[in-house]
Amino acid sequence: MIWDQSFALSIIPQLLEGLQVTVQITLLGFAIAVVLGLVVAVIRRLEIPVLSRVLGGYVQFVRGTPLLVQAYTAFFVLPAYGLRFSAVVTGVIVMGVNYSAYCAEVYRAGIQDVPRGQWEAATALSLPAHSTWARVILPQAIRSVVPVLGNYLVQMFKDSAVLSAITVFELLNAAQSIGSSNFRYLEPLTLAGLLFFLVSFPASHFFRTLERRLAPTH
Amino acid sequence: MAEILPYWSVLLSGLGVTILVTILGGVVAILTAFAAGLAQLSAHRLLRWPANAFVEVFRGTSMLVQMFWFFFALPFFGIQLTPLAAAVLAVGLNEGAYAAEIVRGSIASRPRGQDEACTALGMGHALRLRRVLIPQSIPAMLPPFGNVMIDLLKATSLVSLVTVADLTFQAQAIRNTTAQTTAVFLTLLVLYFAMSSTLSAVTAWLERRFALDYSPRSRRGRSMRLVKTGVGA
Repeated sequence: MIWDQSFALSIIPQLLEGLQVTVQITLLGFAIAVVLGLVVAVIRRLEIPVLSRVLGGYVQFVRGTPLLVQAYTAFFVLPAYGLRFSAVVTGVIVMGVNYSAYCAEVYRAGIQDVPRGQWEAATALSLPAHSTWARVILPQAIRSVVPVLGNYLVQMFKDSAVLSAITVFELLNAAQSIGSSNFRYLEPLTLAGLLFFLVSFPASHFFRTLERRLAPTH
Repeated sequence: MAEILPYWSVLLSGLGVTILVTILGGVVAILTAFAAGLAQLSAHRLLRWPANAFVEVFRGTSMLVQMFWFFFALPFFGIQLTPLAAAVLAVGLNEGAYAAEIVRGSIASRPRGQDEACTALGMGHALRLRRVLIPQSIPAMLPPFGNVMIDLLKATSLVSLVTVADLTFQAQAIRNTTAQTTAVFLTLLVLYFAMSSTLSAVTAWLERRFALDYSPRSRRGRSMRLVKTGVGA
């Protein structure tokens, strides 16, 4: 028999601990990504001379380089400059920064999709810039991109496995260490895959439904 | 920076492996995408169901988990893949599963009239796909396929974790010998950025070249480069 059922059952608690770390990193990283992404998107749209261009370059660069290499860079280079964080904190920051670039583009599309008339109406009512953004533009822009952001959340959950390379003890790392100490990789890796699937499959279906529900009305 | 110059040849050999994995993975991804995408459109349940299951499983789990599974777990079934084969398979099948949705979606969204005209002309299923539906769908497939390829290129950095000596792997080796951490990783970031920017420019050119309304003006979707696959932005 290739599959050892009792071994598989015995390692589930350890894997669930790993899953818990994965979920925590994903949620914290996502919180950074949606906030940072929004700030970047709004500043780019404001067309502040140098800053907007720099942020444009930031978005391109982050999206043009692999998450793993970014994680290595943060993990190995930052401590040399006195910025010492634990692996988990580094992981959260890397995930947050990486996805902030993608989120910024999502918000940008959302802001672009707000009809011109909304901007003109705000001007006609002499709304100050900050209330135009906070009360008119962003609520509409964000509403239409919520499902896309949700898809990124799911993607981020799966991508966080990469952090096992910088010693973060998340689900994949848990599975690997069980594998190497028992010389049996089949059960831990299969179960790790199954756990990833059991979370991401329903989640992505939920966001697909939400996408239909939240389709823009204008 | 000067300390890592003697290691350029090592870095270049890694670059070669990264390009090799990208090309092989890309071929696997395209074959997978068409096989699974067309099977999903099939009228036969025996083709449709396995294709759906394949796409959902590969999209629902991490690429790295799949790669480790091919590398560490397959030997328990008596199948020992080389690191390169496991890496190419994982990268190709994972991106292929995302790309299958592109194939399925763009063929399914052809106007009905095209299908009906084929029937009226007495074309069989295979001929219809080969001569009408697939050629028409190519322009619609190109932008998202370009994104898949760029994502695939970036994902090849993961193969270093199953001991394939790609760019990331060699950079780590150089870091271990020279301790020039900052220089090594900045070089690495710049090299990857140069590669993905090149690939992005190539796909943008292909897109314009194969646009149905080919004209110098058709530059739609240029800003949508470098999105994550499967997110459908």
